Order: sequence, then C-alpha cells, then structure tokens
Amino acid sequence: MEFFNAYVWPTIEIIFWILVIIVPIILGMAYLTYAERKIIGAVQLRKGPNVVGWFGLLQPIADGLKLLTKETIIPSGANRVIFVIAPMTTFVLAMIAWAVVPFGYSDVSGGPEPEKWVLADINVGILYLFAISSLGVYGIIMAGWASNSKYAFLGALRSAAQMVSYEVSIGFIMITVLLAAGSLNLTEIVLAQKNHGIAHMIGVPELTFLNWFWIPLFPMFVIFFISVLAETNRHPFDLPEAEAELVSGYNVEYSAFIFAMFFLGEYINMILMSAMTVVLFMGGWLPPLDVSWLNWIPGPIWFAGKVAFCLLIFILARAALPRYRYDQLMRLGWKIFLPTSLFAVVAVAGVLLSFGWLPK
Amino acid sequence: MEALLKEYLPILIFIGVAVGLTLALTIASFIVAKQKPYSEKLSAYECGFEAFDDARGQFDVRFYLVAILFIIFDLEVAFLFPWAITLGDTQLFGFWSMVIFLGILTIGFIYEWKKGALEWE
Repeated sequence: MEFFNAYVWPTIEIIFWILVIIVPIILGMAYLTYAERKIIGAVQLRKGPNVVGWFGLLQPIADGLKLLTKETIIPSGANRVIFVIAPMTTFVLAMIAWAVVPFGYSDVSGGPEPEKWVLADINVGILYLFAISSLGVYGIIMAGWASNSKYAFLGALRSAAQMVSYEVSIGFIMITVLLAAGSLNLTEIVLAQKNHGIAHMIGVPELTFLNWFWIPLFPMFVIFFISVLAETNRHPFDLPEAEAELVSGYNVEYSAFIFAMFFLGEYINMILMSAMTVVLFMGGWLPPLDVSWLNWIPGPIWFAGKVAFCLLIFILARAALPRYRYDQLMRLGWKIFLPTSLFAVVAVAGVLLSFGWLPK
Repeated sequence: MEALLKEYLPILIFIGVAVGLTLALTIASFIVAKQKPYSEKLSAYECGFEAFDDARGQFDVRFYLVAILFIIFDLEVAFLFPWAITLGDTQLFGFWSMVIFLGILTIGFIYEWKKGALEWE
C-alpha cells in the first residue's frame, strides 16, 4: 500500500495528464489536415473533401483507418530495422516535446498558490524544446539512408541541410526573447509578457496584446516565423519533397502506417512550432485584452486559438506562395537571417542594458 | 536533487508512453494489414526503371560544409543561453565579453563568406 501511494498512483496520474495532452493534439492534427484541404480548396475555388461524413468531417478518420489497413512495403535493398525506426523516431520526438509546453496558469487573487498548467515544469524548458526539435533531423536522415533509393537519399540530404541552416537563426532569436524575458522556463517567459511592456509604457494597460514580445521584437517575430516554415519543411520551403524533382523526398519508399507516422510527426511538429511561436511572441495563454469576460475564458482556449491562427498562416502560405529554389533557400538562411539575428542579439542586449530594462 | 529529478519524471514517463503508443500502432498495422510482398513490389522506386546501382553514392561536399557550420553556430547559441539569463547580473562586463566572442566568430563567418562556402549555384 505504501508502495502504491508513493509510486504507482503518481505514475497513473501523470499518464492520465499525458493522455489529456496527447489525445487533443492527435485529434487536432487530424483536423489540421482536413482544415488544410478545405482551406486550400476554398482558395482554389474547389470544395475540398466533402464526401465522408457531413462536409467531409470524417475524412481524416477514414484516411487514418485506410493507412492502418494497408500493406507495409519494405524495399528489398533497405536496412529494414532503421527503415522502420525512422518514422517512429519522428513521431515520438514530435510528441514528447509537448511535455514542457505551458497551457495555462490559474492565478486566483487571494486564492491558493498559483498553479502552472504544464506537465513538466522544468526550469530549462526552452532548451528542452530546442533540443528535441533539433533531434527531428535524425528521423529524416535515417529514413533517407535506410531507404536505399536515390530520391529518398537526396531528399533527406536537402532536408537535413535546410533544417540545420534555419535552426541556427531560430536559436539566436530565442536568445533575444530570453534576454527580454529573463528565464528559460516557458511559463515564466509567458508571464514576462503579462504585466509590463509597451501597453504599460504608453499608458493603456488594458491593451495587453501590446505587451507581448511580438511588438518590441517584431523583426525577430517575422524571421522566427519564416524560419519555422523552413524548419518544418513547409511551403514555400518544401524542397525536400519537391514532387517535380524528388517525387516525395525522404519518404518516397514509405507506405501504409509507417508513412502515416511521418505524416503525423510532421503535422504535430507544425502544431508544436506554432505553439512555440505563441509562447515566445504571442503571450501564450494570455487574453489579448484585459477585460473581465475575456479573462474568464480559460487559458488553454486562448492558447489553442492562437495556435490555430498560426496554423492558418501556415496553410495560407502554402496556398499562396511558389516554391523557393535551393540556392535561394540557403542564401536566405545563411546570408540574411543568420547575420540579422546575430546582430539582433547584440542590439537587443545593448538596448536592454543601456535603458536598464533587463529583467531581474 | 530529488525535487529536480521529480520535475523530469513526467518527461521520462511521456517518452515511455510515446514509444509505447508508436510501437502499438506499428505492430497493429502489421497485424491488421495483409502482407503479400513480391520482388517487383519491393524494388526501389526509380521512375519505372530497374534501380541502376546502390543509391548511397557520392554527394555534394557542401552538405558536409553546412553541417560543420551548423555545429559551430549551434554551439555558439548554446553558449549564449546562460549568458542571456545572467546578463542582469554581469551587466557591462558580460555584455562586452560576449561582444568580443561574437566578434571573433563573425570574423570567421566573413572569411567563409568571402571564400564562397555559402554559395550554391
């Protein structure tokens, strides 16, 4: 009984909360694919999926079931074990990053100690996110190597080079946010955007959305979002899968559920990167205006809403923009974003230091 | 120490749950689906041709170069993390030390730029 109370029960509780996080994310991912097809359909004056269920609402479920019941083809020349492990790596990494993402904060004035709505409240949360998203390259490299197919190999090389290139500027931009927030803990980073900032400086504390870091660090916000598009291999930077040249890139040999796992992993990564944008620049779960009925709406709903907004931009970028060329992509990453963000680190640190705005 | 480990326990369990879920789904798909392989189906895709030779041939050296540059700059970012948090304490001394450090790296960056390491034609 002692053992049960000390170890088993807490573990069950943690597993419950993990499921509370994972299940909405997988459902959200399924409906992200639906939303993507519907929105792009609307942009191109088509209907998009509209057969399975009302307005095609069951389409993602049908797709998932179909992929689950298909034959898994492992090419004869492939390294079988690595071939199967690669998509699993992508999927697992996309999921475990969510352990540190904060969804809310219960701060009742005069109530008990405020509670952070986050699974693992580690004090180096952003470092953990950065590390896990860097590891994402492994799934792709392993897939490209193990497939033993020319297209998969070239796609994986391109993809890896692209991801690491843009990760550098993402890292520097994170540093600028850390300078302004003064903590590596994601909850603290969001709270740093709550009670001081532009809105308080110009004397309208009700407009809390002006406090968020996206205004003072606006150039960084834009660069971060573009880098995130490149990091997740999304349009207009989807060269790894450039269907005209590489057919589908690193996942060309994949079929059935191991393909679905790549797909799931990539889309969950998109949601994760949007969540990261929201935490770093768009005030996390904070409501945009300090009005009582907006404060009443729980934090996770604001958080989800902001993430959905970022994802909408992801989808619209795919609908609107043509693909980059590979040399242009590398030029943008190394010759424009890297120097700019490197300079921004020094500039932001200098401004904060000389005006005495550094967080204590 | 124990409090610190307790903070990380959910992550460990999360990794366990994620790996378990992934394995379960993969194994389920192998059980549910009918597997009927034959040699044509299992050959690597090469636009309808027989695969010419092993796909793991030579590739452009610039991919290595990008990887090496990435290591340098990513390490730099790793150095900047603790610096960014403690700048409030180290003040001007910390700031100028980091400016010198970044300056040296920038010289290297300019050198590689002039050498054409960042060119993709």
